[in-house]
Amino acid sequence: MLGTGILRGMVETAKNFAGSYHDPERLTTVEYPEQRIAPKENARQFPFLVHDTEDPMKGLRCVACQICEKECPPQCIYIVKSKDKRADYKGQMQLYPVTFDIDLSVCMSCQICVEVCPFESIKMDTEFELSNTDRFGGLLVNKHQLAKSNEHYRKIHPTEAAVSDAALAVEVAKAQAKAKADVEAKAKAAAEAKAKAEAAAAAGPVGAVAPAPAPKPSSPAAATAAAPAA
Amino acid sequence: MSTDTEAPVDGTQFMTFHDLAYDAGKTDFQRKAQPVGQGREGELLEVAMGPQHPSTHGVFRMDVVLDGETVVKLKPVFGYLHRNHEKIAENTSYLGSMPYTDRLDYFCSLTNNWAYALSVEKLAGLQVPERAEYIRLITAELTRVLNHTCLAGFLLQDMGALGTPLMYAFREREKILDLIESLTGARMMCNYMRFGGCRCDLPAGWLDAAKKVVAEYPKFLDEFETLLSGNEILMARTQGVGKLSAELAVNAGITGPMLRASGVDYDLRKVDNYGIYSRYPFRVPLGDHGDVYDRYMIRMLEMRESLKILEPALKDIPEGPVVDPKAKLRGFRPKPGEAYGRIETPKGELGFYLISDGSPNPYRYRVRPPSLINLTILEDMCLGQTIADAVITLGSVDIVLGEVDR
Repeated sequence: MLGTGILRGMVETAKNFAGSYHDPERLTTVEYPEQRIAPKENARQFPFLVHDTEDPMKGLRCVACQICEKECPPQCIYIVKSKDKRADYKGQMQLYPVTFDIDLSVCMSCQICVEVCPFESIKMDTEFELSNTDRFGGLLVNKHQLAKSNEHYRKIHPTEAAVSDAALAVEVAKAQAKAKADVEAKAKAAAEAKAKAEAAAAAGPVGAVAPAPAPKPSSPAAATAAAPAA
Repeated sequence: MSTDTEAPVDGTQFMTFHDLAYDAGKTDFQRKAQPVGQGREGELLEVAMGPQHPSTHGVFRMDVVLDGETVVKLKPVFGYLHRNHEKIAENTSYLGSMPYTDRLDYFCSLTNNWAYALSVEKLAGLQVPERAEYIRLITAELTRVLNHTCLAGFLLQDMGALGTPLMYAFREREKILDLIESLTGARMMCNYMRFGGCRCDLPAGWLDAAKKVVAEYPKFLDEFETLLSGNEILMARTQGVGKLSAELAVNAGITGPMLRASGVDYDLRKVDNYGIYSRYPFRVPLGDHGDVYDRYMIRMLEMRESLKILEPALKDIPEGPVVDPKAKLRGFRPKPGEAYGRIETPKGELGFYLISDGSPNPYRYRVRPPSLINLTILEDMCLGQTIADAVITLGSVDIVLGEVDR
């Protein structure tokens, strides 16, 4: 009979309409500014720079290697290298970024900077409410705005952060072992040199002693957990 | 038919008309005299539908010439969303083009990723691990379900069923988008596939969530079909509208559900056997009439077939690595050569043709977009029908302007 299809459809609509008052399956929306859905763990919006110490600028992991700048598909990262060096988290002398700007109006949140970074220093944030009244400079963020602590990273991406912390712990352990070996070797060399000629003892090691305290991951992630569950 | 003069050839028997010679080279319509009774009467009207028309699915313009309500000529005009994708890709690294492929067909970024990754893998000779193949199949089929759900909603919106079907479709789409977001980090711009695998492994609990969505989806499809498929208004609007013959479809290079709605059995999942599709038996739905209703029904049936693939695939997925250990992220330079990789995306055959000269950038990067090629015969399907039918015919072609214009 003509019209039965329409009537069946109307019944379906009525079911949905009635269901939208009591059935949680039909109540799919939230009142956004008041109610919020927590972001997914993997969610990514825009990059930020990870720092380890209290002072964000001193503890930036970034060593201004400019790999992300080169690999960024829309070319939205601008880095200026420093002239001098400073000790990084494992005590190695490294450059640091004097300028590190990201133009968020150009960034397309593709995460390639995160993937190519060998120093675990740039990660994806989940913050998305970035609207701004400044048309021209408002979304050009500098390194002071980009710097966020490792705790923040652990909070927003716990699984990823554990992997990253474990990888860094391995690096630190390696660096410490190497520094220790270096110190021993140098001390030995110095002792030999002292024995040979007293004047040569003044050339003691400077750079390799006293590595900066390494950031300890809050969760004691084992080094073997570095690889994702294969 | 006389020349361009407006004067009647014979004072009494002929009167002037505005017949149209709509050549590509001419910007306006030429007036021609036409005898009474041999065809149309009254003035023809040129209407530019779009680029800001809600039913053109983006910035697309149809220059239609109307005789009353009947379409006499139709010229698709596109290019408003041109972003120079191919040239940009030739100036960026192979990896750098991957996020740009998300923006081709922004409803189905995972299948776009797969097509591009497949052609680069062919070029560089990379092997995809077993688990990554499964992830690719699962995400691609989820994308197909997602795309067809949205298409049905949009098509009904074009027919004037404002709101309800589209909202129901979007409600279900959101469930799949949630899955995609928890896997890739983004709802639509996934940037997930990598050369030789996938970017990251499935997060904990993802498979269970996916199984739940897949198990519940047929319920939605039943509901949707009760609402629509038997609806007399929908049938009256779509049956016999926008017919496309199998011969023309093949000659015009149409692919995807549009071709199959015309009755041609051609599905790259069967023809090419890429990925691991050969392990899962599924049927390829075919249409009889090649009209809008067939195209709608083909998509409804394809969704059910996709769910049939998904269900066992989600159970069978093995453990293992998700990326080829030989694949390099940085400094990726395939050997000189060329490759063409293609897959069956929800819209048709999406292919990437790459020429490598051994440098980090492709020497030539060419996209074969299904949306653009399916759009080329829009005029043939719309001629002689009303303008409202042209709108739903366009809707049934299933274009995404990001892919048409690139």
